[in-house]
Amino acid sequence: MAFLEVQDLTLYYDTHRGPVRAVDRVSFSLEKGEALGIVGESGCGKSSIALALIRVLPKNVHTYTGSVRLDGRELLSLSDEEFRRQIRWRKISMAFQGAMNVLNPVLKVGYQIAEPLLQDGQIPKERAFARVREILQLVGLPPETAERFPHELSGGMKQRVVLATALVFNPSLVILDEPTSALDVSVQAQIMNLLKRLKSELGLTFIFITHDIALASDLCDRLGIAYAGQLVEEGPIEEILQRPTHPYTQGLLASMPLLHSDKPPSFIPGAPPGLIDPPKGCRFAPRCPYLFERCEQPPPLLETSRGSRALCWLLAERSSRSQPTPDQNPERESP
Amino acid sequence: MKALKDMVRLEDVHVHFVLRRGLFQRGIVHAVNGVSLSIAAQEIVALVGESGSGKTTLGRVSLRLERPTVGRVWFDGREISHLSEGELREFRRRAQAVFQDPYSSINPYMTVAQIVEEPLIIHKIGSRSERLAHVEALLEALRLHPVREFMQKFPHQMSGGQRQRVALARALILNPDYLMADEPVSMIDASSRAEILQLMQEQQKERGMAVLYITHDIATARHYAHRIGVMYLGSLVELGPSRRIIDHPLHPYTQHLIEAVPEPDPANRHRQRQVVPGEPPSPIHLPKGCFFHPRCPKFMKGLCDAARPALKEIESGHAVACYLYHQESLKEAKTEQVAAQV
Ligand SMILES: Nc1ncnc2c1ncn2[C@@H]1O[C@H](COP(=O)(O)OP(=O)(O)OP(=O)(O)O)[C@@H](O)[C@H]1O
Ligand SMILES: Nc1ncnc2c1ncn2[C@@H]1O[C@H](COP(=O)(O)OP(=O)(O)O)[C@@H](O)[C@H]1O
Ligand code: SF4
Ligand code: SF4
Ligand SMILES: [Mg+2]
Ligand SMILES: [Mg+2]
Repeated sequence: MAFLEVQDLTLYYDTHRGPVRAVDRVSFSLEKGEALGIVGESGCGKSSIALALIRVLPKNVHTYTGSVRLDGRELLSLSDEEFRRQIRWRKISMAFQGAMNVLNPVLKVGYQIAEPLLQDGQIPKERAFARVREILQLVGLPPETAERFPHELSGGMKQRVVLATALVFNPSLVILDEPTSALDVSVQAQIMNLLKRLKSELGLTFIFITHDIALASDLCDRLGIAYAGQLVEEGPIEEILQRPTHPYTQGLLASMPLLHSDKPPSFIPGAPPGLIDPPKGCRFAPRCPYLFERCEQPPPLLETSRGSRALCWLLAERSSRSQPTPDQNPERESP
Repeated sequence: MKALKDMVRLEDVHVHFVLRRGLFQRGIVHAVNGVSLSIAAQEIVALVGESGSGKTTLGRVSLRLERPTVGRVWFDGREISHLSEGELREFRRRAQAVFQDPYSSINPYMTVAQIVEEPLIIHKIGSRSERLAHVEALLEALRLHPVREFMQKFPHQMSGGQRQRVALARALILNPDYLMADEPVSMIDASSRAEILQLMQEQQKERGMAVLYITHDIATARHYAHRIGVMYLGSLVELGPSRRIIDHPLHPYTQHLIEAVPEPDPANRHRQRQVVPGEPPSPIHLPKGCFFHPRCPKFMKGLCDAARPALKEIESGHAVACYLYHQESLKEAKTEQVAAQV
């Protein structure tokens, strides 16, 4: 059994227009010390997957089901109190999207990192602050940073503080939601180097959420491609980047402008569907160049021969008769 | 490209902003520090660099939305730096812009048809039916299908990519000779970016516009611009043909900027990236000498921290502002060092 096993994780939000299917039967597993990148476009449910894992849920939850097993232990059946005391921050922690912009402006950085330790009441104040200094060094900041206020720090330093906050209890699984999207590339590269170091030195397991598939390849061993609330493809990074199976993954990769090649980027016509009323069958169907009859039914999650899985009828077709060819889709605007 | 006339020409432009901090304290933000740049008719020039490097400010100067503190701006052979708003009327029609956030330039309560038609009304061009025919043809060219249906839509009924195409239509409806596009796709989903940039390129070719394409995504600059200018702390440190800049960057800052860009490669995770330490220094207190010297791995004491290196053409069309490539300065520095040792 893998270190983290997620099965059919589902999270719908309640709205007056109907439930928003932000996370719909998402499954993946991850070994200890590995990093999984969750890649997708805005609004496809990346942050919601993270919130479902760390159980930080808004008030308007409509459905929250599935199974999350960490180190063999089922987490979804835990009460909120048990989850808060045993799991959140201690076993699973998270650097929230945009957290560096919402650090408390009137509290010294050291205090903000120590706060959860102090709230715990188990640890004396001196020990908590000693831990803060230690953790600051771990994320590449001088220990004196503890005495500074957020506005005195650069963007890169603030993001390191956010990381420190996530590491303070020594968790084994750390979720990072777009940790570098507000930063410039050179600062981003510094943070990615730090994450790689933490991964190899501390053996941390990461879930790295990003809209940038190239950036994910800077850290991740596995990739999950999210589209319209579903994980449409998941597998070892080599497979996903070099032999993508799902038409969306293929389109996403082809839309990346390459720095050192003159191959022009292409694009996927159209836009992702709304999550209140997504297409009944395959959710990518309106944009898919391979669309065929079977796609009117929801596709099953099927294994490829090479250890990845995709949510697409083409995989079922491959084992049987001739394969559909691209651009049969009459709905699709031509590129 | 060389034979064509310059549509836009910036000459030693400086832009300073006075920053009030507290009652008596004042600081000067040196947003742009001596940039000269020309954009030929029918040319796309990309301006790349990190946030705060002065790209947007320079773009605004080229549109005369900002007056340069020092320096001159020319448009189609005429100096416009000191013209009054009244005298700029013709320029305001011929120079247009697209910004990062389409919501900032389009009115949420207007339909697509109204949004795109409005500039024609302001400039009193055509009868109503002529204007609408013009709008329809342009939306068709920008592939906002089905056009008739689209004309009646409101901004909130469209995807981000469609809204940005409407913003582009609004900029193009007056047939401009110059388009300034400031991060036009940075808020658009990755899978739709190429669509917008391709349309922009297509329109640029068809109309023969000059385009200034501002971006922090240097890979798109390779694909959609003829030349790339690299900015650091309000100065142009390197300028040249796009492929040349990316495949053979000369300036140490450009080299490190390119090294920092991730490309999809499963091998990436096994290696640490070469990074230049630190972050861009503040534009309030500019470093002496080469602005990059406090972070430069090739820093040469006594030379790089003494005076600013000028942007010099090293090979055809490729210019760099760095002493490593200024043979004379290098020789002098060596002689001085020898003299000092003696
Ligand atoms: N509390 C909520 N109530 C209703 N809908 C919500 C709520 N939170 C998120 N959503 C919707 O759920 C969908 C998934 O949102 P989520 O924030 O998880 O996406 P994301 O992939 O992280 O996007 P981004 O790249 O913008 O961060 C979106 O359609 C969003 O508008
Ligand atoms: N109106 C203004 N007042 C004060 N400072 C400004 C103003 N506009 C821009 N700046 C500053 O000028 C510098 C360059 O900004 P900008 O041109 O927006 O850079 P970029 O577009 O490359 O991110 C930054 O330090 C920015 O904060
Ligand atoms: S199931 Fe059909 S529509 Fe969906 S991605 Fe596969 S081929 Fe395309
Ligand atoms: S002039 Fe000197 S400090 Fe500046 S980039 Fe060149 S080598 Fe580095
Ligand atoms: Mg998110
Ligand atoms: Mg800008």
